[in-house]
Amino acid sequence: MNIHEYQSKQIFKEYGLPVPNFLTANTTEEVLASAKEISDTNWVVKAQVHAGGRGKAGGVKVTDNLKEVEEFADKWINNKLVTYQTDDQGQPVSCILVEECTEIKKEFYLGAVIDRSTRSLAVMASPEGGMDIEKVAEDHPEKIFKVFLKSPSVGNEDHLTLAEGLELSEEQTKEFKDIFRNLVKLFFEKDLSLVEINPLVLNGSDNLVCLDGKINIDSNALFRQDEILELRDISQEEEKELRASEWDLNYVSLEGNIGCLVNGAGLAMATMDIIKLAGGEPANFLDVGGAVDEKRVAEAFKIILEDENVKAILVNIFGGIVRCDVVADGIISAVEGVGVDVPVVVRLKGNNSKIAKEMLGKTNLNIIAASELSEAAERAAEIVK
Amino acid sequence: MSILVNKDTKVICQGFTGSQATLHCSQAIEYGTSIIGGVTPGKGGESHLDLPIFNSTKEAQQDLEIDATIIFVPAKFCKDSVQEAIDAEIPLIICITEGIPTLDMMKLKQNADSAGCRIIGPNCPGVITPDQCKLGIMPGYIHKPGKIGIVSRSGTLTYEAVDQTTQAGLGQSSCVGIGGDPIPGSSFIDILQLFEEDSETEGIVMVGEIGGTAEEEAAEFIQSNVSKPVVAYIAGVSAPPGKRMGHAGAIIAGGKGTAEDKFLALEKAGVHTTRSPAKIGDEISKLV
Repeated sequence: MNIHEYQSKQIFKEYGLPVPNFLTANTTEEVLASAKEISDTNWVVKAQVHAGGRGKAGGVKVTDNLKEVEEFADKWINNKLVTYQTDDQGQPVSCILVEECTEIKKEFYLGAVIDRSTRSLAVMASPEGGMDIEKVAEDHPEKIFKVFLKSPSVGNEDHLTLAEGLELSEEQTKEFKDIFRNLVKLFFEKDLSLVEINPLVLNGSDNLVCLDGKINIDSNALFRQDEILELRDISQEEEKELRASEWDLNYVSLEGNIGCLVNGAGLAMATMDIIKLAGGEPANFLDVGGAVDEKRVAEAFKIILEDENVKAILVNIFGGIVRCDVVADGIISAVEGVGVDVPVVVRLKGNNSKIAKEMLGKTNLNIIAASELSEAAERAAEIVK
Repeated sequence: MSILVNKDTKVICQGFTGSQATLHCSQAIEYGTSIIGGVTPGKGGESHLDLPIFNSTKEAQQDLEIDATIIFVPAKFCKDSVQEAIDAEIPLIICITEGIPTLDMMKLKQNADSAGCRIIGPNCPGVITPDQCKLGIMPGYIHKPGKIGIVSRSGTLTYEAVDQTTQAGLGQSSCVGIGGDPIPGSSFIDILQLFEEDSETEGIVMVGEIGGTAEEEAAEFIQSNVSKPVVAYIAGVSAPPGKRMGHAGAIIAGGKGTAEDKFLALEKAGVHTTRSPAKIGDEISKLV
């Protein structure tokens, strides 16, 4: 789960990480009032969306002119911000972060993420702050410093590799030690999957300040993170993906025109891949999960069909425990009930798949039964040609 | 021979009386698996599927000789169940449950390693040795005793590989689902090592997917440690970056973990790969 920058900074504050003074506002009037409260002379205003690249897209402004603060608020509130990380519709802005200006002497990167191959927490820092860290990793891997931790207990010297990498003074290293400790504590206590402070800066009085904040939370841990769950902003989530999740369906929208309905995440990806091999383009990833019941299959069809690009649907179910004739029955009812108006290629594998194929062949609906996965993909690709 | 489980493996089930556990344990028993009891806190002393129920794994261990446990406990409580199995030093812990927090798995994996226990999963279909022992949620009838070892991060895609190797007349020595989470209890390397040592396994099918670097690490391992032919397929060539594709671990993050990178690493290590999930059986047939 993602949260907004202002929410991340709020959490940083709770954990004793230094952040600039800030307020949030949802209307132009509130933005102006907040600005006056924060400073008399200069401000940073930032549109709050779940996406990076806001600066380049005009979603961040540093100014000493209150008029410009007002214009910024007018421009973005209730509007959508398009960045290189969003789709071409952009993300809706309903909140503006109003912050005091911070004088920047140096910019660093500080982040933490679960390192899958060492099965530990990797805390990373780089003197190349304020830049795309993936680009730094590619061009200058020697400028990224890492520490791996197996548990929340931090040793007295664990932060030193990073502090030395950032070439911090003795005084700054002391400050950094606290930031490091608190960041690790935060990561474990709040079940994060990623935290990034980019940039962490050295301000005019040589103190370290977290100028930006990005936090992702492990969705599997939300059952014990009630406070975090309250920070969820569904306006930032893709509408179809959101609705799919309410039905326990895993849906990801893609660019192509062949809709996919599959049981199992791996098989769903494999189905997309084989559509591509057959010369087609998948319109989505959709995993209906283990229980392939009629209601959820019907809902899956509805979500797939909301995408106007979809010209055919490929259903790929590996029966497993459930009998294929039962699955076929559910598919037929769903296609009929939802009123699916594009051809549906169905490949069912498993117990009673022959009976299922006969059942699918006998309907008056636009259903094409296939036995093999490659055959199914080829049929679907032919239809949309 | 086989790996991990066989007809003599004595198994208990944690979360025994739940609906999923009941369904899959019944099927496992029917398949011939030696399930000898189960654990459901508060129901100790009663019986289920004609087998004794215990309040805890420790309690079960006082009465039974246990080789393996299969866990169906809901994610919220699963950490404690796995830890209980580790504390009882059950050598093989198969965790089917999906949705365990990653930081819990980090801790459990460390604890299991120091106790000398092996965890398979979580978020996996389990382990099967055809006609001997079925510990999981896979459909038993698609398997056939034979010579291919299958290891996979995905459930239904494992069944696909099983079905194709059965159709090709090769059958399987054992099949292991290592699960779709970012921190699995056992890695590809752990299972590849076992297949390499197993005299019955003549060829290996490895099914990976986007996210992480487990396949790249496996490629390196295969190059220097595996003499048997390996066919690898990686799901998710067409997956977009930054999106979680169903499994918690299936995500291309920061440009890392693409299917293409994994294919390249495997090919560079001399592993046979197939870009089509429908050709896994054909490819391994050519090699054994």
